Amino acid sequence: MGILAQERVGVNPGLIFNIQRFSLQDGPGLRSTVFMKGCPLYCRWCHNPESRMPHPEFLRMETRCMACGRCSEEERAGRETRVLTDEDLDACPTGALQKAGQEMEPSALVRQLLGDRIFFDESGGGVTFSGGEPLLQAPFLIETLERLRSEGVHTAVDTCGYAPWEDLNQAAQSALLVLYDLKLMDEARHEAATGRSNRIILDNLKALSRMRTEIWIRVPVIPGINDDDANMAATASFISSLAAVRRVDLLPYHRIGEPKFARMGTTYTLAGLEAPSQQRLETLAEIFRFRGLLTHIGDRP
Amino acid sequence: MSERTELLRQQSLAAMPSITGERAEIVTRFYRKNLGMHSTPVMRGMCFCAIVEEKELWLGEGELIVGERGPKPKAVPTFPELTCHSAEDLRILDSRPLTRYSVAPPVIELFEREIIPYWKGRSMRDQMFSELPQEWIDAYEAGCFTEFMEQRAPGHTVADGKLYRKGMIEFKAEISAAIAALDFELDPEALDKREELRGMALSCNAIIRWAQRYAELAELEAISAGPIRRQELLKIAQVCRRVPAHAPSTFQEALQYYWFCHLAVITELNGWDAFSPGHLDQHLWPFYQKELADGSMTREQAKELLECSFIKFNNHTAPAKQGVTAAESGTQTDFANINLAGLARDGSDASNDLTHLLLEIIDEMHLLQPSSNMQISRRTPDNVLKHALRVIRKGYGFPSIFNADAVVAEQLRQGKTLEDAREGGCSGCVEVGAFGKEAYILTGYFNLVKMLELALHQGIDPCTGKQIGARTESPADFRSFDDLFAAFQTQVHYILDIKVRGNQLIERLYATRMPHTFLSVITDDCIARGKDYNAGGARYNNTFIQAVGIGSITDSLSALRELAFDRNELALPEFVRILDSDFDGMETLRQRLVNKTHKYGNDDDFADEIMTRTFQMLFAAIDGRPNTKGGAYRLEMLPTTCHVYFGEVCLASPDGRHRGQPLSEGISPVQGADRQGPTAVLKSAAKMDHVKAGGTLLNMKFSPSLVEGEAGIDNLHSLVRSYFKLDGHHMQFNIVNAAKLREAQAQPDHYRDLIVRVAGYSDYFCDLSPALQEEIIQRTEHTSF
Repeated sequence: MGILAQERVGVNPGLIFNIQRFSLQDGPGLRSTVFMKGCPLYCRWCHNPESRMPHPEFLRMETRCMACGRCSEEERAGRETRVLTDEDLDACPTGALQKAGQEMEPSALVRQLLGDRIFFDESGGGVTFSGGEPLLQAPFLIETLERLRSEGVHTAVDTCGYAPWEDLNQAAQSALLVLYDLKLMDEARHEAATGRSNRIILDNLKALSRMRTEIWIRVPVIPGINDDDANMAATASFISSLAAVRRVDLLPYHRIGEPKFARMGTTYTLAGLEAPSQQRLETLAEIFRFRGLLTHIGDRP
Repeated sequence: MSERTELLRQQSLAAMPSITGERAEIVTRFYRKNLGMHSTPVMRGMCFCAIVEEKELWLGEGELIVGERGPKPKAVPTFPELTCHSAEDLRILDSRPLTRYSVAPPVIELFEREIIPYWKGRSMRDQMFSELPQEWIDAYEAGCFTEFMEQRAPGHTVADGKLYRKGMIEFKAEISAAIAALDFELDPEALDKREELRGMALSCNAIIRWAQRYAELAELEAISAGPIRRQELLKIAQVCRRVPAHAPSTFQEALQYYWFCHLAVITELNGWDAFSPGHLDQHLWPFYQKELADGSMTREQAKELLECSFIKFNNHTAPAKQGVTAAESGTQTDFANINLAGLARDGSDASNDLTHLLLEIIDEMHLLQPSSNMQISRRTPDNVLKHALRVIRKGYGFPSIFNADAVVAEQLRQGKTLEDAREGGCSGCVEVGAFGKEAYILTGYFNLVKMLELALHQGIDPCTGKQIGARTESPADFRSFDDLFAAFQTQVHYILDIKVRGNQLIERLYATRMPHTFLSVITDDCIARGKDYNAGGARYNNTFIQAVGIGSITDSLSALRELAFDRNELALPEFVRILDSDFDGMETLRQRLVNKTHKYGNDDDFADEIMTRTFQMLFAAIDGRPNTKGGAYRLEMLPTTCHVYFGEVCLASPDGRHRGQPLSEGISPVQGADRQGPTAVLKSAAKMDHVKAGGTLLNMKFSPSLVEGEAGIDNLHSLVRSYFKLDGHHMQFNIVNAAKLREAQAQPDHYRDLIVRVAGYSDYFCDLSPALQEEIIQRTEHTSF
C-alpha cells in the first residue's frame, strides 16, 4: 500500500486531459466524462495512451499539421530534441500540437460540468470520472464528487481497481455508481498484460461489493489476450458471487487508440489486431448471462 | 401501403416535372378581353373562374382523392401576371441538369407568340422593378438581401379547423351578409370593400364549379369502368358534389375538401410555400373517430385515403423560377408542411391515433411532399416523440421537431390570443403563425456577413467598389471592439431601412393590384373587414425578415475582437487588407482563425455573448417596425439555401472562411466549428432568446450508429426535451454518414432517392448543387465513443 500511496499525484488541483460531453457509454443517460491523467496500469490495448503518465504531455496530430515549422524551428537548426512549451502550443495555427493534461481546480471543473446539467436532468445522466485512473488523484476526485453531489448531479467513477482501499472506499461513498474494470482473472496473465498483479483489484472489488454503491463491471474483450472461454468463465463466476453488481458491459477491442500511440511517439504492440466479431461477443455475453448477469455489449467501432 | 397507393406512389415518383402553358394561356386571354371592365378583385375572381372552367382535368387511374393544378401530375403552370418567363428561361429550365422542368417546344412558341408580348411591363415583377429605387436595386444586386415577392405572391399561410365545419355556401352567405352590412353613407371604403367581397364570392363559385366538373368527369368515366372502379368513381362524384359546397360529413370528404382548398390557393396565385393543412391529425380526428366507431371505415381504409392525399401533395412541384434567382433556392419542393401533435385550443395534448397513423404513412411513403413536423409540447407523451424519432432515424430528414410551448409563447409575445396561438404552429420551413387567421409573410433573407464587410469598408461593397451602405468611419479609426460593432450596427440599420422601404412598396403593390380572393375567404377576418389577405384583411399580419449567417458573423466578430482588439496582434486595416486578398500568402493566419479563435457552438461565452449581442441588435432593429397592413415586422433566423448564395457574394471573412464559400446556415454553428459535441451546440444555440424570434432553424447531423437501438432513441429524445426546456424553437436531424454521401456524389444514379435535410426542408441529395452537397457532407458529424 505504501507504494501505491506514493503514486498519488496532483492533490489539488487535478490533472485532466479531456472532458467529453455527450458521452453515451460511461453510465446511464447523457453524461460528461472527465478523463484524468495518470494510470498505475500499462495495458497494451489502452486506447487512451495519453492518459498514462501523471504529468502533461504534448501530442502532434500529423493529419492536421501544416508543417509551418513554428514548433520545430530549433529542431531544424540541428538540435535533436527540444522541450515543447505552452508557447509552442499557442503558436500552432492548426491545433495539430496538443497538450494532454490541464490543471483544474475542483470548483472550476464543477462549474464547467454543470453546463450540461439540463441534459443530465432530462436523461438521468451525470458525470463519470475516468482516465487514466481517477483514484490516483483521490483527494481531488473526492472533493469534486462531493461538490457534484451537493448540486444533485449523478456521478460515476470508472476505475481499474488498483488503488488503496481507503481511497476507493471514500470515492464509492461519494459517487452513486462505480464502473469497475476486470481484465484478467489469472494473476500472472494479468501482470503480463497490464504490468500489475490483480490481487488488490480483486480484493477491492470484493470489499466494494459489500457496500451499498451500485457497481457495473466492465470487461474489455481483447482478442488473444483475455477473450478465451476460460478467462471469461472465471470472470463471470467471480462477478456472479458479488451481490452489488447490477450489470456487466463487454467492451469490444477497437483500434481508436492506435494512431494516438504514434502521436505520443510510442509503439503500438497490438498493430494488426482485429476487433472481435459480433458473433464472438454474443457467445461471450452468453457466458455471463448464463450466470444470471445482466450483460450488455458495448459499441463496436 | 396498399397496392393502389404503392402504384400511385411509383407514378408520382416517376413523373417528370414539366411546364404547362395552360394557365398562362387562359389568364392572358382573359386579361386581353376583360381588362378595364371590372375592379381588380372582381377581375381576379373572374379570372380564377375562367381557369377552373377552361382547364383540362386529370383523374388518374386508381385515385380516390382527385384534383390537379395542371393537366397532369407535376405539370406546373406559370403565373405570367406575377412573373413572366422569357423563352430563354424556359429553355434553361428544360435543359439544366438539376431540378429540370421539361418544356415542350409548343409551350415556348406559345410564350413567344402570346404570353411574353402581353405581360412585358405588366407583370407584378416588371411593375415592382420599375418602382423600386436605385438604392434598393444596388443593395439587392450586391447580395445584401433577397426579395421573396419578386417572383411569387405572398402566401406562407396555413388552414385552420373551420374548413371542416363550414362549406363554401356558408362562406358565401357570410360574404353576402358583409356586403349587406356595408355603410355607403359613412364608410369611404365601402365600395372597395364591396369589390373585395365580390371577388371573394366569385372565388367560392370557382372552387365549387371545379369540384362539380370533377363529379361530372367521374360519373362519365364510371360508365366505362369495371365494377369496382365504377363504385369508387361514383363515390368520388358523390364526394365532389358535396364538398367544398358543403361542410364535409365523412373522412373522405374532409380530405377532398382540404385538397380543393389547397388547389384553389395555389392555382389562383403562386403564393410562397404553397398551402398547408395545419393540424391534420386534430382536424380529421372527429371524422376518423366516428367512422371507426360506427364501422363505416377501417383504420386501413383511413390510411389509404390519407396516402392518396399525400400523393396529391407530391404531384405538385413548385412553380419554376425565372432569371438569375434560380441560384437562391434550387428546389422543386413547395414547402407544404403538416403539423402533428401539439396543443388543442384548450391547451390539452392534441396527439391521437391519427398522429401515429400519419407517422406510419410518412415512414412508409417517404415522399418529398408533404413535409411534416412534430409539435412537441411538455404535454406531448414521450411515446409520440419517440415514434417520430424512429421515423427520423431512417434518415429522410423529416419530420422536423418544434417546441409547441415556445411556438405559443412566441405568438403571445406578438399579441395573439392564447387560443389562436395554440391553433397556430409552423409552416414552410420554421416560421410561426396563427393558422387560418394570419398573413405571415417572409420577405427576404438578410446577409449578416455582408453588413460586416460594409462596416470594414466604410459602406463600400468591396466586390464592386460601389457605395451601397452608410459612410461609417475607417477601420483605422475604430479604437475598440465597441466602435467596430457600432459601425456594423449602423450598416445593418442602413440596409434594413432600404429593405423595409422596398418591402412597404411591394406590399402596397400586392394590396392594390394583386388580391388573393380565395385565400381571403378562408382567412379570418378578411370577410368581416372586407379586406384582402394581401391588404391587411387577416386578423394578424406579421412580416418577416430572415437573418442569415449568425454563426459566421459571430465567429468573424469574435476573431476580430480577439486579434485586433483584445490581444492587439493584428491592426484592423491590415486584417481588412488580408481579407480583401482572400488570405493570399496568409494560410498560417487563416488556419489560426479557423482553429484557434473562439467559435459559436461550443458553449463558449466569449463567442456566444457576441452571438446574443448580435441577435439582440437585430431584434431591436427589426421587431415592431410597422408594416403597411396594421401589423409589424419580425425577425426570423432561417436560411433555407440562401447561405450558399450569400457566401458567394462575400469576400473572405475574419473567421477564416475563403471568399465565395457558404455562410453558416440557420442558427447552426459554422460548418465544422463545433468541437464540443451536440450538447454544447444546443447550449450555445439556446443562449439566443428564441421566444423573440418568429422561428429559428437548427440543423444537426448524426451518423446512423449514434442513434442505434432504443438507447439511441432515448438519447435523441433527451436532446430534444432538454433543448426545448431551454426554449429552443426547432431541431432537425440528418441521420446519414459522410461515406454514403460521398458515394452518392460519385454515383448519383444509385442514390436518386436519398433524401437529406437541407435547411427547413428535405430534398433529394443528388438534386442539390455540388456546393450544397459538399457542405452537407462537411457539416460536423457528431460522433462520440
